[in-house]
Amino acid sequence: MCVAVPALVKSIEGSLARVEIGGIVREVSLRLTPEARVGDYVIVHTGYAINVLDQAEGEETLRLFEEIARMADGER
Amino acid sequence: MKFASEFRQGKLAQGLLSKIRGASKRPARFMEFCGGHTVTIFRYGIRQALPETIMMLSGPGCPICVTANADLDKAIALARIPGLIIATFGDAIRVPGSYTSLQVARAEGADVRIVYSTLDALRIAEENPGRKVVFLGIGFETTAPTIAASVLQAKEDGLANYSVLSLHKLCPPVIKALLDSGEVALDGFICPGHVSAITGSKAWEFIARDYGISCVVAGFEPLDVLQSVDMLVAQVERGEPMVEIAYRRGVQPEGNTEALRLMDEVFEPCSAEWRGMGTIPDSGLRLKDDYRRFDAEKVFEIDPGPTREPSGCICGEILQGLKTPHDCPLFGEACTPEEPVGPCMVSSEGSCSTYYRYGGGGIER
Repeated sequence: MCVAVPALVKSIEGSLARVEIGGIVREVSLRLTPEARVGDYVIVHTGYAINVLDQAEGEETLRLFEEIARMADGER
Repeated sequence: MKFASEFRQGKLAQGLLSKIRGASKRPARFMEFCGGHTVTIFRYGIRQALPETIMMLSGPGCPICVTANADLDKAIALARIPGLIIATFGDAIRVPGSYTSLQVARAEGADVRIVYSTLDALRIAEENPGRKVVFLGIGFETTAPTIAASVLQAKEDGLANYSVLSLHKLCPPVIKALLDSGEVALDGFICPGHVSAITGSKAWEFIARDYGISCVVAGFEPLDVLQSVDMLVAQVERGEPMVEIAYRRGVQPEGNTEALRLMDEVFEPCSAEWRGMGTIPDSGLRLKDDYRRFDAEKVFEIDPGPTREPSGCICGEILQGLKTPHDCPLFGEACTPEEPVGPCMVSSEGSCSTYYRYGGGGIER
């Protein structure tokens, strides 16, 4: 029910945006995320972008995972 | 970054798992509140991969599953009003109420339409000006703002034939009720990522503060879930329960303030009935009086008649983490995804459906 997927904002017209989800383009409402801009990734739930994804935080999390994996490798 | 496959890398999962195995000393019981997390945990075999010190329990975070029969009966009674169009998300249509389901009502002539979004429901209302369209508002805080936005849109567009049957539920009050019941002992919660995208992680602070239980907000990829378990283990080992976010790309402490504002404009909290848990104060949402003309309960006379519970079904106890689907005599026999008896077998995020689909993943510890 709370399933939501990341989507790339391709264009914006008023409160509607065209976004790309896994190669498919569809229209979603930006009414809950008026701050979204073209080029942002948003989380889409039932036709609405419910939040803008933070690219820097995503990269930071992956860096942390890579560090953990390196440490685990070292212990083996 | 595409925010998807990066968070499924096996090599990084092995790293997180070996960190968890090294750190986890004390036995700990964690509940994943959200049915979406249950699916991730089973699909990727996370339960089996975790050390024996960690026990995972599934919680009540499946909106269709917790919807009471009395409320489902209301939706079915509405569907039977001649000329009325019901618009609903797909999951709701197959759930049995006391006597029948929306699917059966549709086969008998009711106009029940599955939509992906309230935007589609508004379009149906526009295209059918002579008919009334009721949207079934089932969902948690993730979904409620999208329904609020549709009501505001209908008001702005002067759509007089659109209304909402608001069966929304709120997550913090049910967690509080679960903990106050004292029946399930927990050391940590994996908090729902997309509910938290709206409410913010601040919604869970009472759990750490008042109940001394660790909380980590998680996303829905396997690495997100493993990271949340790693952070919960660290909190448990330190003995310092707090609220942390393992899904920082999608969740902020304060949440989505615009979505919260729209929700607060249209809805107000009310008591709501949860399957198997009874009535919980301030755990539902109803339309505010200013929006009464969009409230299906005020627009229509609904008489669903007496309710009835399916005999032998233990969904109510499964939703509270008190029992697992394997404890149910109906599971996999009288109750299957094709012929479901209870809602936990219908919804794709229901515990029973997940156990059934990933059978081998359902091992008990």
